[in-house]
Amino acid sequence: MSTACEQAGSAMLHPELRVESDPDAIIRDGHRLDHAEGTSKPLRPAFEPQPRGAKVRGNRPIDQQEAAARFIAATEHEKMHDERLWDLRQKRDREMHGIPEWEELRSLASAIKEHTLTHLDEYLDQFEANARSNGIHVHWARDAAEHNQIVHGILRDHGATTLIKSKSMLTEECGFRHYMASVGIEVIETDLGERIQQLDNEDPSHVVVPAVHKLRTDVAEVFSRTIGTDPGNSDVHYLAEAQRKATRPLILNADAGMTGGNFVVAETGTFVVCTNEGNADLSGNVPKLHIASIGIEKIIPRLEHLAVLVRLLSRSALGSPMTQYTSHFRGPRTGGEMHVVLVDNGRSERLGLEEFWTSLKCIRCGACMNTCPVYRRSGGLSYGATYSGPIGLIIDPTFNARKYSNLPFASSLNGSCTNVCPVKINIHEQIYAWRRVLVNQHEVPLVKKAAMKAAGALLSRPAAYRAAIATADAALAHLPRFVIYNGLNAWGKHREVPHPPEQTFHNWYHANRGAKQ
Amino acid sequence: MSSRDDILASIRANLPRVDRPLPHVPLFDSDPPASLLSTFKDNLHRMGGMFLDPPTSADTLAPVRAKIAEAKVVCSTVPEIAGNRDIFAVGMPQDLTDVDFAIVRASFAVAETGSVLLSDADLHVNGVAYLAQHLIVLLDPADIVVNLHHAYRRPEFRDRHYASFHTGPSATADIEGVLIHGAQGVRSLSVLPVARAGSKLVPLKGK
Repeated sequence: MSTACEQAGSAMLHPELRVESDPDAIIRDGHRLDHAEGTSKPLRPAFEPQPRGAKVRGNRPIDQQEAAARFIAATEHEKMHDERLWDLRQKRDREMHGIPEWEELRSLASAIKEHTLTHLDEYLDQFEANARSNGIHVHWARDAAEHNQIVHGILRDHGATTLIKSKSMLTEECGFRHYMASVGIEVIETDLGERIQQLDNEDPSHVVVPAVHKLRTDVAEVFSRTIGTDPGNSDVHYLAEAQRKATRPLILNADAGMTGGNFVVAETGTFVVCTNEGNADLSGNVPKLHIASIGIEKIIPRLEHLAVLVRLLSRSALGSPMTQYTSHFRGPRTGGEMHVVLVDNGRSERLGLEEFWTSLKCIRCGACMNTCPVYRRSGGLSYGATYSGPIGLIIDPTFNARKYSNLPFASSLNGSCTNVCPVKINIHEQIYAWRRVLVNQHEVPLVKKAAMKAAGALLSRPAAYRAAIATADAALAHLPRFVIYNGLNAWGKHREVPHPPEQTFHNWYHANRGAKQ
Repeated sequence: MSSRDDILASIRANLPRVDRPLPHVPLFDSDPPASLLSTFKDNLHRMGGMFLDPPTSADTLAPVRAKIAEAKVVCSTVPEIAGNRDIFAVGMPQDLTDVDFAIVRASFAVAETGSVLLSDADLHVNGVAYLAQHLIVLLDPADIVVNLHHAYRRPEFRDRHYASFHTGPSATADIEGVLIHGAQGVRSLSVLPVARAGSKLVPLKGK
């Protein structure tokens, strides 16, 4: 039944994953439901030990290729990951085609964000005044350490020792759970994917679906070890229900709740939190104390701008028209207390980077990750950084240029990330620009430098580029394999170089269309 | 200098020196659907919610009564139907953990997404909409707006301390993309179209 009812594009990257019967499907009006992160087609379960992420050794450059190679070698994990994220991308396209004004919304979103970022001080000031007048306590944190200390201080003042929280990339950035453990505060993640990652002592691998790199059998193993499920039972309904039952008492007994914030509205002093599970609403509405940690770049001027961004967020992220819950917190509830911590942690400095400041427009939807061929095949943990995928490549070096110096090379510069970005960040151009910056800062190994220099010289001269492409295509057709697939060409590893075209596009255009100009 | 002053000073020192005017946002309402109610229903279903068709008999609440017939604990915040857990007597959200069904009225709904807006005035205790196992929402068909641009012009976002769009039930597909209803919050969300009785139970501030 389900196969006849699929709504998203049916093209699969790995057709062998397809199963015909799907006892897990929820059918309504004759259609398979695929809202939230739900897959639009049933996929065959598999078993295989989980490959782990990049080896992090202090400040030394992360070897993304090494970790990616291990992920690729775990073929069941790689295929499921590739297929699921591509499915999210296809669902995103379906939603895009359903809205005639989609491209106009993207342009508006970009313009709203750029305007706000170029007036960031004014809007933060306005938000603070309005939030305070609504009864919210507003704090400012220069960096991760100060953020953690502020939150710890609030909890200490209330004698709080347990904290339930919803997923927040900012708190990942701040090493929040690690810090809280060191001061004796128990943090309980309430998003299912994030809870899986917490219980497995692993970072989230994706900004929206934190455990997307795991198979159901991996989750069964983690839960059997931590919340006492049957190690032989990897039924997804069983696992999700066991987690719900295990987490509910922790939610009811928590001393404090914490959320992030997807958007902050200056004119009303509101912060907005989007989840599919309702876990942010439990975190914010059950304990008396609610703390929200929010990056300063999340602000927008007015409610009318929120409409544009909310329409784009979940459609871009998951191909679902809306998150199940989009919640607007404007002040504490009766008898409650609400705090907002506005965090800089390098954002104000990033604002001054002429080529990179627009990366601050990011709304953390993950669309660039879902579409990226490198990300889909290497897994988010191979990046060894808080932010992975294309957006990670252009944000991570601002935190540590040496440690993340290899990351901007984990891209084919195909530009798909830029094309799907709901706020029109020129991601692939920034990736290329980071390569240049890192080479100039001598943060790049010699082999990559030599290739970069040659490519840079070529790309800056169109005529030479066209000649080189024609030559390269001719060469690819005739060169022996060992020349193409040598150790200097990272793109020849694990994949076949594309079959060279008989004619370059430029030559074809000149022959077929040029005369009509 | 305080952290606040430090951060604002750093922002001012780094502000891009480019002109980026604030754009005008249209309402994108030039081509509304023929029926807001049926568009709302279709989109609610896509998001995993259930639309309860109004009965043909005079008993407009019959579908709700059928749903809660077997329930042990019902908490209602609406005058149309009585539960057995008085929301006004609830001291702490934790007291609502055994609620099987919560019944509330939506401030309004959005046809584009199949969402209902529940504010702190609708819920009385915000946690009820998440701690209950199932949620039933009464919606006046006159309270449906066409899209989110219209929705954000509503007064609830300026008057209420808390307001949440619910678009179907609590859901997750964090494990292999398998869709689960009832991840942490309610396992089901049903919406019944019922006109408001006379006046609003809790008037909005300033009205």
